Amino acid sequence: MPGSDGAAIGRRRFLGFVIAAPTLVAAAELTRPESAAATPTPVAGQVPSPEITKIVDLTDMMTAATLPTAGLIRVEVHEDGTVSFALPRAEVGQGITTSTAMLIAEEMDVPLDRVRVTLADARPELVFNQITGASNTTHSTYTPIRTAAAIARLRLLEAAATVLGSAASELTVRAGVIADRAGNSVPFGDLAAKAATDRTEQVSVELKEAKDFSVIGTPRNRIDAVAAVTGRKKFTMDLDVPDAKSTMVCRAPTINGTVESAANLAEVRGMPGVTDVAVVSTGVAVRAETFGQCVDAVRALRVSWKPGTAEGKSDESVLDELRAAELPLGPRPPVANVDERFTFYFRSNSALEPNCAIADVRADRAEIWSGLKSPIVAKQEIAVKLGLPLTRVTVHVTDSGGSFGRRLFYDAALEAAEISQQFGKPVKLMWHRADDSRQGRTHPMCISRVRATYAGNTVLTYRQRHTSVATDLGHGFGEIVTALAARLPVGDIGFSETFFQLSQEMSYKFGASTRWLNETDKGFNTGSMRNVYSPDATCARELVVDQLAGKMNKDPYQFRREFLRDDRAKAVLDKVAEVGSWGRQMPANTAQGIAFHAEYKSVSAALVEIDCRPETVNREIRDGVAGPRVTKVVFAVDVGLAVNPRGLEAQMMGCICDGIALTLTSSLHLRDGHFLEASWDNYFYTRQWNTPPELQIIVMPNTSEQPGGAGELGVAPSMAAVACAYGRATGTMPTSFPINHDTLSFEPKPTIPPVPESPTDGIRRAR
Amino acid sequence: MPKHTFRVNGEQVTVDVADDVRLLWVLRDLLGITGPKYGCGINVCKACTSHLNGNAVNPCAIPVNDLEPTDEVTTIEGLAATVDQDLHPMQRAWLEQDVAQCGYCQPGQIMAAVALVREVTAHGRELTEADLDGIRNICRCGTYPRIREAIKSGAKEM
Repeated sequence: MPGSDGAAIGRRRFLGFVIAAPTLVAAAELTRPESAAATPTPVAGQVPSPEITKIVDLTDMMTAATLPTAGLIRVEVHEDGTVSFALPRAEVGQGITTSTAMLIAEEMDVPLDRVRVTLADARPELVFNQITGASNTTHSTYTPIRTAAAIARLRLLEAAATVLGSAASELTVRAGVIADRAGNSVPFGDLAAKAATDRTEQVSVELKEAKDFSVIGTPRNRIDAVAAVTGRKKFTMDLDVPDAKSTMVCRAPTINGTVESAANLAEVRGMPGVTDVAVVSTGVAVRAETFGQCVDAVRALRVSWKPGTAEGKSDESVLDELRAAELPLGPRPPVANVDERFTFYFRSNSALEPNCAIADVRADRAEIWSGLKSPIVAKQEIAVKLGLPLTRVTVHVTDSGGSFGRRLFYDAALEAAEISQQFGKPVKLMWHRADDSRQGRTHPMCISRVRATYAGNTVLTYRQRHTSVATDLGHGFGEIVTALAARLPVGDIGFSETFFQLSQEMSYKFGASTRWLNETDKGFNTGSMRNVYSPDATCARELVVDQLAGKMNKDPYQFRREFLRDDRAKAVLDKVAEVGSWGRQMPANTAQGIAFHAEYKSVSAALVEIDCRPETVNREIRDGVAGPRVTKVVFAVDVGLAVNPRGLEAQMMGCICDGIALTLTSSLHLRDGHFLEASWDNYFYTRQWNTPPELQIIVMPNTSEQPGGAGELGVAPSMAAVACAYGRATGTMPTSFPINHDTLSFEPKPTIPPVPESPTDGIRRAR
Repeated sequence: MPKHTFRVNGEQVTVDVADDVRLLWVLRDLLGITGPKYGCGINVCKACTSHLNGNAVNPCAIPVNDLEPTDEVTTIEGLAATVDQDLHPMQRAWLEQDVAQCGYCQPGQIMAAVALVREVTAHGRELTEADLDGIRNICRCGTYPRIREAIKSGAKEM
């Protein structure tokens, strides 16, 4: 490919390609050339900076990782006037198909509803460039997608000039139609073939200036909204793949237990609807005409199990392990200090759509459908597992019913491939909710120890030691980090430490500041959960910030304002304080809390009001947890450049609901080698009765020409603000999360059989 | 195998399946009606919420044998037709608020919302915050505040 350096020519001029095809295909490399110039070259012998995120943060690191290896992304113009684009990322609800369509609509001057964005199959040639994570999608694709779209527009203009007999410079483009000054016009569709080329060639193009944007930065509804509200949106289990019958797995009573022997396979094979039963690496797989019959078959199986990977462990024993693994802070210093340790229990990153995948494995090929954020790694591992060449495995990325970190892994896809190979038949694999909760991935339990010293109005030191059950980052993040870690000025530290250092930022002027991560115990199925370290680490920090403010007799808002380093940070803080009437008089047992968080080149602040009055905490909720009610949230966010403010608000709304759950209600209880939670009425994610009646999200004016990250950004400040508000309302700083963890608010379901029977009384109130 | 006949989205259907198979799987696995979603299978998450003779029910908890030939099951796919429009007013309210994120729970949320508004109307009273607090449908994306706004505005158009 010629000119693959992709260098930016001038400030807004970029190189791309037109690709040989029957109709117009414009392409660009999935790189951000200007970012290459901005990536600092580490100075030999440079000591690790206490503020490494100011030099290069995780966003830069992931973007830089894409530079030498990227393939092309293509914008295609069709004869019906539509424009299509296969996005090499996963849509999991975060709205990137919509924001991507907006970028294309903007550069091409085509109506948004004529842009079709689909999800690309796994493309191994993209190497590190097909992972959806760390809120990086918009940051890394913003310029490449616009470049391809701008080239398409340029070619259409040139073709129109020939058709209309007018110079391209005299033509205007509006809503997918090109017109000359005399009023003659030609629509994009009529130009799709004429603008095509039979020879791939490099083209340079100038991108629109921000001042000319009419789509980017305007609030738009999701492009899949109609499909979602009519039931037409297709998720993995909604796909009609021939003969892919319902399949489930009977799983062990303890985490990662495996089959020792199964007593009644033949009997279960004879049950109504059942077609296949077999022992597999994760349990006993059953395939049937309906999932209902799979549930019955799973419940009928008599299996004896080998121990799992967390045998006998409990919350208490893991807490002991964490304390033993904590890096020492040394003796208490002889100056005034705040010294606190916070505990965060296991949490489930289950989405509402459980782990699922369709697999059709034949002797010489395999085809997989699943919601995958790391499809390349998934494809590689599936090929190895099946003993097939990579080229004989096709992996389709489907729309996901949520992710929250869960879809970074491909547990169901790998398992479905194994089962389909064993049965010699296509399978539609679904994890039961109980499996998804008990055997699915979790956010690891962790502790965060913080010691800050101060004198007068100065914070002298701030040291944080975060100790966690190991987070599995083996989904491809690890590879990116591996590739770049050696070139970063962070010394010889492991993947997780690098990830931790790059994702955590000290936004306050707190003198000498250090943070270190230590990990222990790889026996659990873990992963990120919107996101990896920030909600817990930030919650601990912001609670200590409130403590420091108290020691110095300062108001929590004014203290933050005084110590925050930069103006963008102060602006979001000021905004929530002003709009949320910080400091207003409130009744006893109710209070405000305020918190700040920066990550992904974005800043955010939350102001929360909480009601901890007994009549509120003890209000009656059937099969649920009431507890304190967050009555109001005011949230301000600055992501640099907001491509779709309406989508950004939606992301912050979700982050706020997550933050409320993390502080107040949602956790897994580990007992005797298994998690007790097996249902949404066991695991207390935020429900309508916990939802803040008043919510205001403020998208700040743009402060950059580049979009920062957003998908996970809001969880940390929301969690922290709720914790701070709870501390102020009750007069007791919380140190263990969620605050209700010590009260088990449900009757645990049995572990054998591993899934509950479906109820039969659903019709009662319907007639 | 026993035959079961009932009505779905205005059409009479007959399925050949064991008596105790729950309606959710009859709809999804046998009839290919995939709007109602699986989220728990034990009538807790409410992602499969549909209507039976106009009332909200959860098909994951209804053995198909419980249905009579005259019973009318309405899933999200058939909701708009009940008002003889392309979209039900509640679906339009959902679009105006841009409620959906991943969208997985939204068919159930909309069906629950329509049933709630009908119930409140039948009792001759206004929708309250307590009514909204009482909705059990889970949304793991956390779209709850927009759901509340959509129900309030959709109710006015119903």
